[in-house]
Amino acid sequence: MSADFLYLVEVILNGLMAGVMYSLVALGFVLIFKASGIFNYAQGVMALFAALTLVGIQTGQVPFAHLINAIFGTNVHHFGWQVPTVLAIALTVGVMVLFAIIVERYILHHLVNQEPIILFMATIGLAYFMEGFGDIMWGSQIKTMDVGLPSGGSLWLEEYTQGWAAEGERYYGMYLDKLDMVASLVAIVLVVSLTIFSQYTTTGRALRAVADDHQAALSVGISLRTIWVIVWSIAGFVALVAGIMWGAKSGVQFSLSLIALKALPVLMLGGFTSIPGAIIGGLIIGVGEKLFEYAIGPLIGGATENWFAYVLALMFLVFRPQGLFGEKIIERV
Amino acid sequence: MFYRESGDFKKTYQKDSQTFPIKFDRMRYYFVLAVAFLVIPMFLTDYMANAVMIPFLVWAIAALGLNILVGYTGQLSLGTGGFMAVGAYATYKLMTAFPGMDMVTVILLSGLITAFVGAMFGLPSLRIKGFYLAVATLASQFFLVWLLNKVPWFYNNSASGQISAPEREMFGVIITGPHATPVAAYLFCLVFAVALAWLARNLTRGRLGRSWMAIRDMDIAAEIIGVNPLMAKLSAFAVSSFFIGIAGSLFFSVYLGAAEVTEAFGITVSFAVLFMIIIGGLGSIFGSFVGAAFMVLMPVLLKNVLVGGMGWPTDLAAHFEYIIVGGLIIIFLIVEPHGLAQMARVLKEKLRLWPFPH
Amino acid sequence: MKLKQLATIALTTLAVSAPVAADLVFPSLSYRTGPYAAGGTPYADGWADYFTMLNARDGGIGGVMTSVPECETGYNTAKGVECYESLKGDGALVFNPLSTGITYQLIPKATADDIPLLTQGYGRTSGANGAIFSHVFNFPANYWAGASRIVNRIKHEAGGDIAGKNIALVYHNSGYGKEPIPTLKALAEKHGFDLTLIPVDHPGQEQKSQWLQIRRERPDNIILYGWGVMNQVALQEAANIRYPMDQMFGIWWSGTENDKLDGMASHGYKAATFHNVGSEYPVYKDIQKHVVDAGLAAGDGSNVGSVLYNRGMYAAMTAATAAATAQDMHGEKNITAGMMRDGLENINMSDAVMAAAGLPKFGPEFTGSCANHGGTGQVGIQQWDGNKQAWKLIGGFESPDNKVIGELIKADSDAYAAENNITPRDC
Repeated sequence: MSADFLYLVEVILNGLMAGVMYSLVALGFVLIFKASGIFNYAQGVMALFAALTLVGIQTGQVPFAHLINAIFGTNVHHFGWQVPTVLAIALTVGVMVLFAIIVERYILHHLVNQEPIILFMATIGLAYFMEGFGDIMWGSQIKTMDVGLPSGGSLWLEEYTQGWAAEGERYYGMYLDKLDMVASLVAIVLVVSLTIFSQYTTTGRALRAVADDHQAALSVGISLRTIWVIVWSIAGFVALVAGIMWGAKSGVQFSLSLIALKALPVLMLGGFTSIPGAIIGGLIIGVGEKLFEYAIGPLIGGATENWFAYVLALMFLVFRPQGLFGEKIIERV
Repeated sequence: MFYRESGDFKKTYQKDSQTFPIKFDRMRYYFVLAVAFLVIPMFLTDYMANAVMIPFLVWAIAALGLNILVGYTGQLSLGTGGFMAVGAYATYKLMTAFPGMDMVTVILLSGLITAFVGAMFGLPSLRIKGFYLAVATLASQFFLVWLLNKVPWFYNNSASGQISAPEREMFGVIITGPHATPVAAYLFCLVFAVALAWLARNLTRGRLGRSWMAIRDMDIAAEIIGVNPLMAKLSAFAVSSFFIGIAGSLFFSVYLGAAEVTEAFGITVSFAVLFMIIIGGLGSIFGSFVGAAFMVLMPVLLKNVLVGGMGWPTDLAAHFEYIIVGGLIIIFLIVEPHGLAQMARVLKEKLRLWPFPH
Repeated sequence: MKLKQLATIALTTLAVSAPVAADLVFPSLSYRTGPYAAGGTPYADGWADYFTMLNARDGGIGGVMTSVPECETGYNTAKGVECYESLKGDGALVFNPLSTGITYQLIPKATADDIPLLTQGYGRTSGANGAIFSHVFNFPANYWAGASRIVNRIKHEAGGDIAGKNIALVYHNSGYGKEPIPTLKALAEKHGFDLTLIPVDHPGQEQKSQWLQIRRERPDNIILYGWGVMNQVALQEAANIRYPMDQMFGIWWSGTENDKLDGMASHGYKAATFHNVGSEYPVYKDIQKHVVDAGLAAGDGSNVGSVLYNRGMYAAMTAATAAATAQDMHGEKNITAGMMRDGLENINMSDAVMAAAGLPKFGPEFTGSCANHGGTGQVGIQQWDGNKQAWKLIGGFESPDNKVIGELIKADSDAYAAENNITPRDC
């Protein structure tokens, strides 16, 4: 095989992996949009908040340390203990459930039956609120996400593939990031369990009923409020997973909230209402933007990924205005 | 008592269809204009002008533009930052290429250039709707910023891609550059803001505005009753971008004086303007101004109270600013989902009946 | 009632910003929030702590107390204007905005208001030309000096010949990151190496394509101009593809403690710097005693001795030295911003001055003059030691290729002067 072809394969494989990382973020959007028709702008900030909370609990940080010190003139920072990873994750999930309950009770409950744009705006307010709140609670310095995830390229794969290239060509073996591979596995497990949950459990069925029709669901005795709390909790959990994966890559810091921007083209492409859409959309976007950067990028100066993802999604939308897997928009006069 | 139509007899059709049918409203309108043009310039300090009034006016113009698109035509757009950048860079190119051109022409031309670009990027709206369109307009945001950052011609090949506004004067008074007095810069922006608000008001009452609103309320129905969706949507994108381009142009030349596309016209700008119109009220000229005032004044006010008034550390204050602004947005939406303009409308209705509410 | 009180406070603070009488005001335009907070916080701490220490130890500068009003910019230009306008009224002597974007925008304003800008190692590089930028001071070093020094170091390590080598510049795709490109292009022509440009868009969390490209092309050296999350991801990805760390060079904003995610993985990584490293200096005893132990530290005291803290403190030391120079020149203790500008222009940062300030050999020696606001451009090289988890200075402060840089500075500042109708001062 020629090295060029192998490079191409490498770019495609890495694109697929990057796409999975985008999908992880996009999943949270889809869950909430499907169940409540809310375009949850705060999803990225939720990932940041979940990651901050996880690291904070794990390293025994004192919440609101800066505020406490400023008011009482004390100098507290750490409890001085380390919480095991599994326990810390469980506690963080608890925090996200609490968060879901608060959101439902104090925000969504008051905004039932509003127009989508108003609900969207409310989540922007929520994002603002959580940005400030997360920073006050855990401080704004960069933290290391250490939950035992591997990092670095896979040596085994590199050595195994080294001989594939034709004689005399410069080729160093196939490169795949171990973290990305773990992320892909996690994403598969996540999607499968979400599907099983929504297909075979009572709560899951109730969830789908609400997604289909609020009114009808209410009339057969499904509590909308409980469902919303459950959906936001699941979205919080998905945000935590995304936060862990992205946090392991870049450290836990403010910029983590910006990953939402990477998920938007995925949503557009896959459709706001489809879980498989989020995955396939992510894969298409990941491969598309990496290939474009690889093939065309050098000719026009590089750094094209940010906009090309959107343009790619746009091209699909022109042919399917509801996204690849979105529900068909039916309009009646 | 004083706030009602009765007794205020209109004898011509023009009078009957005027913007402010109630006498009190008319007086109030002239009063606000008089204060803005005559009283405020007397008390304007550097700080008030550069940190409060000029940003307020510039953002108000941008909010007006976006309101035409989102509030009147119902096309959700997140490309505002990119379009403002086009306005700013057009201004820079015009100012440096034609040093003799006067500023009003420069700014209007920048607006027209942006209108053209905006209409181009409005094309997908013919096919895509709702949140899908919002995300699609992000494509224009990222692409325009990338393009303006990438092609050195746009910033005259300077090493870092920063553009700075040279000094220009009108009627012998300096209005751009560091030597401009706050009063001159303020009045210059004010003239544009008032003229554009007047334009927006009259556009939205006329045939064009009605076709926009028909599209907003139900585009299929509008098409059936004879509104051309192509014309209506593209004209909305063009007019909206014209306003936003002027805002970007003033933002760069009068307010900041220097700008860099990735920093000054990023995605946060697009969101900020959208907040303004939602908080102020969709489909309301008054709402655009109130929303801009809220988003510009609120942080400055909070900062001055928390840091200046109570002596908090700046970082805590900044975090609390986020919490408070976020909290206020949510509270406003819960109390009045249709924005501050709707609150004003409700108040007016009550005032009309006062003191006999039944 | 409460609302009314709040409104009154707000209005009074909005309307009246009373100048603090008889203090030397060194405002801090900091960013402790937002995507770059991790970089802005230690810098602002260093700047504030140094002046606090001066007040406690020496009773200020020349007997006049200093004050450091702080204003949060969040690395945002519009907030930068607001901060500038509000602090200008407080009698600010010098502005140090720590943001290239805010600097560009303040250059004309501050020049008109007769307030100097001290932009050490950032901002507009051509500000070094004092004849045109009368109020901008960027000594001891600028981005172009950094780029040239790195190339010189690469050349030194390669045994003096880098013709035909391939050097990649991985940069933040913004004004800051694009700065070194003209210099590197000129140097590439001069030394005969190939330059590969690899931009990374803000914020830079996803750099897979860029590093796959590097892995394919195997450049001999990498120069990194990053800021914020981009640095961490770049170093992580470099470690992932097992790029030899000692062939990778960062500019000083890519060479801080924040940037190593995994201490050992980036062992051997080098970065340019214009000041020394570590906390083995007499001044730290004073800061510990008068500031941290006295509970007056600007932050939580955890940043003392870190690279960015040192950089903020070094900037404060430069400003304080210039203020003392201005006091001597004008025979006036309560100097104005205009006098401060003269002080900066006539600054003499000799080894003796640095030793007296408790920072012996902390940075290169330099002097200011009417024409030269950039110093000698001497830059050192530091290296990350993963075993000790600390930076170490490995290459002394050496001059860059000032001939190449001088021409570029002249061209850029002349273009600015022509665009803005500035007559160069007669120096």
